[in-house]
Order: sequence, then C-alpha cells, then structure tokens
Amino acid sequence: MTREEALFQFLLRLGDNTLVLGQRVSEWCGHAPVLEEDIALANTALDLIGQTQLWLNLAGEVEGKGRDADKLAFLRDVWDFRNLLLVELPNGDFGRTMMRQFLFDAWQSVLLGRLMNSAEPRVAEIAEKAGKEVAYHVERSSGTVVGLGDGTEESHARMQAALDYLWPYVGEMFAPDEVDEEMARAGIAPDPAGLREEYDALVGRVLDEATLRVPEGRFFHRGGKNGARHTEHLGHMLTQMQWLQRAYPGASW
Amino acid sequence: MYAQMIRTASTGVKPREEMTPEERRFQDRIDAGEKIEPKDWMPDDYRATLIRQIGQHAHSEVVGQLPEGNWITRAPTLERKAILLAKVQDEAGHGLYLYSAAETLGVSRDELIELLHEGRMKYSSIFNYPTLNWADIGAVGWLVDGAAIVNQVALQRTSYGPYSRAMIRICKEESFHARQGYSIMMAMAFGTPEQKRMAQDAVDRLWYPALMMFGPPDKDSVHTAQSMAWKIKVATNDELRQKFVNQTIPQMEYLGLKCPDPDLKWNEEKQGYDFTEPDWDEFFDVIKGNGPCNVDRMNDRVKAWEKGAWVRDALLAHARKKAAPAAAE
Amino acid sequence: MKDEWPLWEVFIRGQHGMSHRHVGSLHAPDAETAIRNARDVYTRRNEGVSIWVVQAAHIAASSPGEKGPLFEPSNSKVYRHPTFFDIPEDAGAM
Repeated sequence: MTREEALFQFLLRLGDNTLVLGQRVSEWCGHAPVLEEDIALANTALDLIGQTQLWLNLAGEVEGKGRDADKLAFLRDVWDFRNLLLVELPNGDFGRTMMRQFLFDAWQSVLLGRLMNSAEPRVAEIAEKAGKEVAYHVERSSGTVVGLGDGTEESHARMQAALDYLWPYVGEMFAPDEVDEEMARAGIAPDPAGLREEYDALVGRVLDEATLRVPEGRFFHRGGKNGARHTEHLGHMLTQMQWLQRAYPGASW
Repeated sequence: MYAQMIRTASTGVKPREEMTPEERRFQDRIDAGEKIEPKDWMPDDYRATLIRQIGQHAHSEVVGQLPEGNWITRAPTLERKAILLAKVQDEAGHGLYLYSAAETLGVSRDELIELLHEGRMKYSSIFNYPTLNWADIGAVGWLVDGAAIVNQVALQRTSYGPYSRAMIRICKEESFHARQGYSIMMAMAFGTPEQKRMAQDAVDRLWYPALMMFGPPDKDSVHTAQSMAWKIKVATNDELRQKFVNQTIPQMEYLGLKCPDPDLKWNEEKQGYDFTEPDWDEFFDVIKGNGPCNVDRMNDRVKAWEKGAWVRDALLAHARKKAAPAAAE
Repeated sequence: MKDEWPLWEVFIRGQHGMSHRHVGSLHAPDAETAIRNARDVYTRRNEGVSIWVVQAAHIAASSPGEKGPLFEPSNSKVYRHPTFFDIPEDAGAM
C-alpha cells in the first residue's frame, strides 16, 4: 500500500464516521423528547455533515479520480465504507443515541487533538476546525449521559443497558492495521492504540459520575474501519440515503 | 400558518359605550399603536384568543417539522441535507419562541402540548398533506413558507409585545426558507425531464393547500372583526391570500411550471390575479381530522412525547439531586 | 405542572462589546443545561460571545400600574441631556 493509498483510506474512515453518524442523528429530527434537544441534536448532525464534506472532499482530492464528497457519499456500496461499526448501529432509544454519541465524541475529541499536529497540513487544518465543534459535542453528550445515568431508576437502567450494548463496539477505535501504521510512520496520524489511555480516563470519569459501570471483558466487534464485515444495518441506511442519486443518475440537485 | 380558524371567545366587537373603563383604556392603547405587555391588564377574551392563536402557531411549527423531516435522510446531496436540516431545526426554534410567548400569558408549554395531543388545539391544515417527492421539499419552502411569511410579516405589527417580538425574530430567520425552497425548485424545473415532472407534480398537489393556509374567506370568517380591533390580526385572510398569489405567480412562470388553476388570469383593474378559491369543503375536512396525514402526524408527535417522558423526568431528577446538597448547606 | 422543566430567560452579548440583551426563553432542568440549550437555540447564526441565563421565576419586575410615577418624572429633567446646553463653537469641541 502506498502512502497516498493509505491516506485515502484514512480520510475515508474519518469522513465515513461523521457521515454515517450524522445520518443517524438526523433521523431524530422532529422526534426528540423536548424541543431543546431536537435543536441540539440537529446542531450536532449539522456539524457532522459539515465535517464529512471536508474529509471526503479531501479524500477525493487525494484519490485523484475526480470523486468529490457527494460522489463518495452517495455512490459507494457497503463494502467501500470505512466507518466504525459503532456509528452505523440503529439509534435505539434516546439514551442509547446519547451514549453512542458520547462514546464517539470522546474518541473523536482525543483523536482530533492529535491530528491538529499532523504532518499533513490539510489534515491539521480540518482537525483544527472540527476540534472546536467536537469539544462542544463531548461537553453536551457527557452532560446528558451523566444526567440520565444518575437520574431515575428507569433512566439508570436504560443507560446501563445502552452502555452494555455499545461497549463491544468501542474496541475497534483502537485496533491498528496497516493503514494506521503507514499514517503513523508518515507522522500524519497517531497510532490508534496510543489514544486508549486518554480515552479511558475521560470516559471513566464521566461514566463514574453517571453511576454507570463499564462492562468487563476486552472483546470487541471489528470489520467497519476496513470494510471487511459491516453490520446488516448499514445497507438499509444507504438504501435510503442514496436512493435519489441511484434512481436518477447524473441529475444535478 | 397560523392565524387560520381562530375563534375569539366572544362574538363580534363590543361597542365602545358598552365597554368598562378598563376595556376602554385598553382599546385606546391598542388604537394608539402601543404594545400590550404580559403584566398589563387585558380583557379575558384577548388573553384567551392570544393563547389559542400563539399556541396554534407554535404547534404548527412543531408539527411542521414532520413533512420536511420526512426527506432529511433521503436528501440528494450533503449540502441539500445540511440546508434542509438547518431549516427544519429553525422550525423547532420558532415553535420554541412561540411557546415562550404563549407562556407569558399564564399557560405552560406542557399544558399547550397536552391540549394539542388531546385534539383540543389545532395546527395548520397544510401539514396534513404528504411530501411525496423531493420537489415537495422545494415547494414547501417556496409556497408554504412563502405563504407563512406573508402572514408573519403582517403579524410583526400585532398588538401583544411578546408575540410581535417572536414574529420579528422568526421573520428574520425565515427569509432563507423560501429562498432555499425556490433554489430546489430551480434545480428541478430546469433539470432532467423526471425532475421537471416532480416539480410540476409538487406544485399541482400543494398549490391549493397553500392557498388554504390563509384561512376561510372573509365572508365566512365571523371572528375576524374582534381580532382586527385588538390588532391580534392585522390583515384579513383574503387580503393576505391575494398578496400571496400576486407575488407567487411570476415566480412560477419563471420556473416554467403551470399553475393548476385553469382560470387564473391577471386583472388589470384590480392590479392582481383573479384565481379559483380552494375547495373549502376539503379544507374543513382536513381541519376536522380527515386530511391525508392527520392521524399519522398526531401519532408521531404523541409517540415522540411519550417516549421522551423518561428523559425529561430523569434530567429533572438529576438536577434536583445536584441542587439538594447545595440547598442544605 | 410540577414536573415541567423550569423556564429560563436568556441574555446574549453580541460581538461588538454591547451589554447582554434579552433574546428569549427556554426550558432546562438546571443552569448548566440552560446555558447549553441557549447556545444551541439562540446562537445558531453566530449571534453571541457570552450567555447569561436566569430562572424566570427569579426575575423581579416593575409593575405596569406604576409606569407613571416611575418614569414620567424624568421627562422634566431636560438639563440631564447634553443638548440642553448651548456651547459657542469658538469654545471648541466638548
């Protein structure tokens, strides 16, 4: 794998994570528990869609085959997606949505902090802009996770169930492969395994305050970031998301 | 839309000689163009009419998220997705501003939401029509928001201060809504034959429902007089409808789309278009709950509210726990 | 309704060194959430650099009935306004 090929894959991972999660969060529109949350979720989704445009446009530029963010988002099939399995899982209830958001925000905030010092200036520039958005996301989602974890008996049970369900999808964030190794060698991105300590400290602090218990066991599902085996859910999401572009090819919208 | 089908609690306007001194002073302030503020004295009917009108307006914004939200996950480009999401988010914000304005009159947001869910308060008939193809999203922005803006620009001058201020903020934010809708319509109307067909289909289905947004004809709108005297409404349904048609037809012609009204024509004498009234029987059917989407819309909202109950309770419970030790110190 | 989230009034300071200005209200379970909600609801168009929130129930307001005694007496104090005084141009800028 050349450095350019690895960089392309790495950028797809960043862009597909925000694309797929942004799509999931936008499914909430009009259905949140209270108007203020509706508005807040839409802000998060908007940030994620904006980050997607930046990452995927850069990916297309690096690839050099004339694909822009829209072509990459709407005209690839499941096996070409490089997002973490975590973000393609269905929303579940509001508690699970916020727990997933927090688990992702925490990771993204640690990662973007490192990417701001990337040897690739275009990556550093996007990380700088996205970093500010994500700093707010993690503040908001951690506040909600604490409130719901330490709220009522029912909310506590729901949040613990959400954490138990989602935790086996966290490990994939930190599992390096040859793309990551190439990125680390080039000084473009950190070794994913090196983010774990900071992540665990941040997540542990919030979950503690939320009176929630991190499940034991280090098993985790994998197959999203290298596209080897996505969940069944991603195909359904793409069916919906890509429908117009697929049904009316070549139209401009 | 919003001021549709509002009924004042009393019928007709009270003649000046029958007014109490308080009512007379109140009417004088309104006539002098003063704004009425929350703690000011106001007739009970004025308060009740405002609660209904503002509440209905707020509900319309919130239910109005649904037909457009229907297309967020299917928007054809990332930019269109972001714009639509930001637009629907604005509707939630507008609902929030309006509930806040209603709350200054002594009714809580949760009370208003319950009245809506129990079917004791209405929302605009337009949101009971479905959005069936992507051009509907353009047509909703262009026609539905266009119609709403005509009404809301007028309402900026309404006599109740908090309502007027909410309208000013909403109008400022809303000016992008109609434009984004028209931008979608341009892409569709000037696009492929299939896109053009979608655009025409959307206009065919949404034209008359958009005209209905201004409410029944003035001759059948018995309660307009009191609302006008109180400056809760500042223009009649027919005046606003005419204004909307006049400004919209040239925009439709630019797109090369056909108005589904075969009798529409320019009237040089009145400097406006003559047009066919919508089918008012259909309108009253929709208002009564028999529109194509009434049941689904209400089920969606009730389900969201009920499914959110544990979240609202939990966050409040957590806030109280946190506050408790501090209060004990 | 005892279990409704309290109402908060929101004050935003804009970009240009102006005072915080009342922009509207919202509901939130506590002050921290109220600030976050205010950020999400009232600064969507880059309107502010600082947020205050205060629970609506904690605001004391003057009564409309006292408008006359409270505010009319200042009408006659015209000498508080700089334009009351004529300063000859020869005296220079003041």
